[in-house]
Amino acid sequence: MEVVSTIFPYTAWNVPYIHSAFENSAATISGVEAAYKAFKKKGKIKKKLNFIAFGGDGGTYDIGFQSLSGAMERGHDILYVCYDNEVYMNTGIQRSSATPMGAHTTTSPAGRVIPGKTQFRKDLTEIMTAHDIPYVAQAAPSHWLDLTRKVEKALSIKGPTFINILSPCPLGWRYPPSQTIEISKLAVESRFWPLYEVENGKHKLTYKPKKEVSMEDWMKLQGRFRHLFTGKNKNVIKDCQKQVDRKWEKLWTLQS
Amino acid sequence: MPIKALTGNEAMAEAMRQINPDVVAAYPITPATEVVQLFAQFVADGKVDTEFVAVESEHSALSACIGAAAAGGRVMTSTASQGLALMHEMLYIASGLRLPMVICEVNRSMSAPINIHCDHSDTMGSRESGWIQIFSEDSQEAYDSVIQAIRISEQAFLPCMVSLDGFIISHCMQGINELTDTEVQEFIGEHKTPYSLLMDGHPFTIGALDLQDYFFEHKRAQIEAMENVLPIIKSVGKEFSKRTKRGYGFFEEYMLGDADICLIALGSCAGTAKVAIQELRDKGIKAGLLKLRVMRPFPYKEIVSALFNIKAIAVLDRSTSMSTMGGPVFIELRSALYDNPVHPLMVNYIYGLGGRDIFPRDIVEVGQKLENIKRTGKIEKMIDYIGVRE
Ligand SMILES: Cc1ncc(C[n+]2csc(CCOP(=O)(O)OP(=O)(O)O)c2C)c(N)n1
Repeated sequence: MEVVSTIFPYTAWNVPYIHSAFENSAATISGVEAAYKAFKKKGKIKKKLNFIAFGGDGGTYDIGFQSLSGAMERGHDILYVCYDNEVYMNTGIQRSSATPMGAHTTTSPAGRVIPGKTQFRKDLTEIMTAHDIPYVAQAAPSHWLDLTRKVEKALSIKGPTFINILSPCPLGWRYPPSQTIEISKLAVESRFWPLYEVENGKHKLTYKPKKEVSMEDWMKLQGRFRHLFTGKNKNVIKDCQKQVDRKWEKLWTLQS
Repeated sequence: MPIKALTGNEAMAEAMRQINPDVVAAYPITPATEVVQLFAQFVADGKVDTEFVAVESEHSALSACIGAAAAGGRVMTSTASQGLALMHEMLYIASGLRLPMVICEVNRSMSAPINIHCDHSDTMGSRESGWIQIFSEDSQEAYDSVIQAIRISEQAFLPCMVSLDGFIISHCMQGINELTDTEVQEFIGEHKTPYSLLMDGHPFTIGALDLQDYFFEHKRAQIEAMENVLPIIKSVGKEFSKRTKRGYGFFEEYMLGDADICLIALGSCAGTAKVAIQELRDKGIKAGLLKLRVMRPFPYKEIVSALFNIKAIAVLDRSTSMSTMGGPVFIELRSALYDNPVHPLMVNYIYGLGGRDIFPRDIVEVGQKLENIKRTGKIEKMIDYIGVRE
């Protein structure tokens, strides 16, 4: 994020902004928030301020996982937003634990014997839910009203909150940029990326998919899954579908 | 001034209590754990106003310190060895962002082999990270230096680590001349920053991407800031000694005035060396000691001029560089003497790795060998090891 928004001597930020390293935005904001609390206690600051940390899926699911978990457990009054494009883009399309099964990345390449990533993605939203924090949500840019409402809600809640936002990436997922919103929409419709929130431990779907969209429908629009549509690799698509169905069922029971 | 019997760790924790920082983010590690524990108790007992962030790792400890310092807070932490190594990435970011803060560091060897005892390989391993580094001979020095470090760091806009030797000092009791809480507060004054994240009405970006067109200038400015540290250390030390009668410079000269051979040491070994120097003097050997206190920046000009009349030098290093050219102090001092018109003979003794004890008799032996080198002008072994089974 710092790479695109703060090239010295310019900054795109009209609010106070800090970047310190790749894997530690949760720990860094813990410190900022702690200083704020100290100043408040001493009467040096009176205003209410919001503290928002951003991380990609690499910086959140993987290398920053511990830092995030620590900050959430300590109960800082912060909102952590993960913009999840399911891949390390900065370094050039490497797999993360958010990369879906079957996807081709440069470190989970589709080859003659291995059909892309061989593991399912990590369900970080549920891992955050297991931290018993007051608010966790999943959102997507295609459903922007839902997204902004979730951010507003998270900011109105005291304590640690977490929002996982699917961020389709034309370069990494291999589709024309004009299809970004469509791909985001289909991720939601296919139940691959359910829109829901967990407030004080209670799951609630904020959008119920209307269309029957299969994983195959969603995957065929993206070049990263191209190799799955030939020969025996088609089984991977089936496995992905099974996994999505299984997780959807679980979510459905949780919310009802 | 009250005198208290305190261990090194207690002395540093006590200094932290009196400093009363805005934020402390820390993680326990032997032999520094006590500092964190004692401080947590001060917080729990309401003896400080500090926000204590009990982080899940040292990497996060320093990351939180960076956030808090960027927010304008007075910030401290404590660690040792593996903890300092885990902070390594963030050490450079703290100094590169020019954020003042203080680490109470307890010197411990770096694994592997795993060992919890003292040597200086942890602090020496971070000597190029842009931090001011102050070593302490004993608890009193550590206590005094931690208080001074706040001023030095905040004035220089550079972070500072004050270290003492694990177990040897961290766990040993010593009578400490304490300042009163008010005196400490008066001495350190209020922490002021020209800019911070929480500054009202002024959105401030810190940690911007700095490419080929500006990075070098910022690094150059950081080097200049480091060059300006020595006068700050001097003036802060002077002011401190006015209040306490305990003087602090870049190093301590012990019987160096008329000496013709000199030992160089830092940390607790300097105390042992002082006893050895007395013995050497009794034997008619004109030995002196230069106890290095400030390792970063390296006060090379001052050291060279203090060693002007010295014919032979033995540097005692409690860590080694893997360059095979000797320990870090030896290498730097040799380089510092390059421009000197006269070059003293120099040898290096690596000692005490992984907490191996060093005794006065070991140092007396070093002195005698050095006397011999001075007489004969011959060095048989430039780098040698004390008390190791070869
Ligand atoms: C400690 C460390 N390891 C590796 C890197 C190199 N690196 C920079 S960004 C990045 C991946 C970022 O991925 P993600 O968080 O998903 O963000 P995206 O680039 O997709 O926006 C990596 C591996 C680094 N900066 N720091």
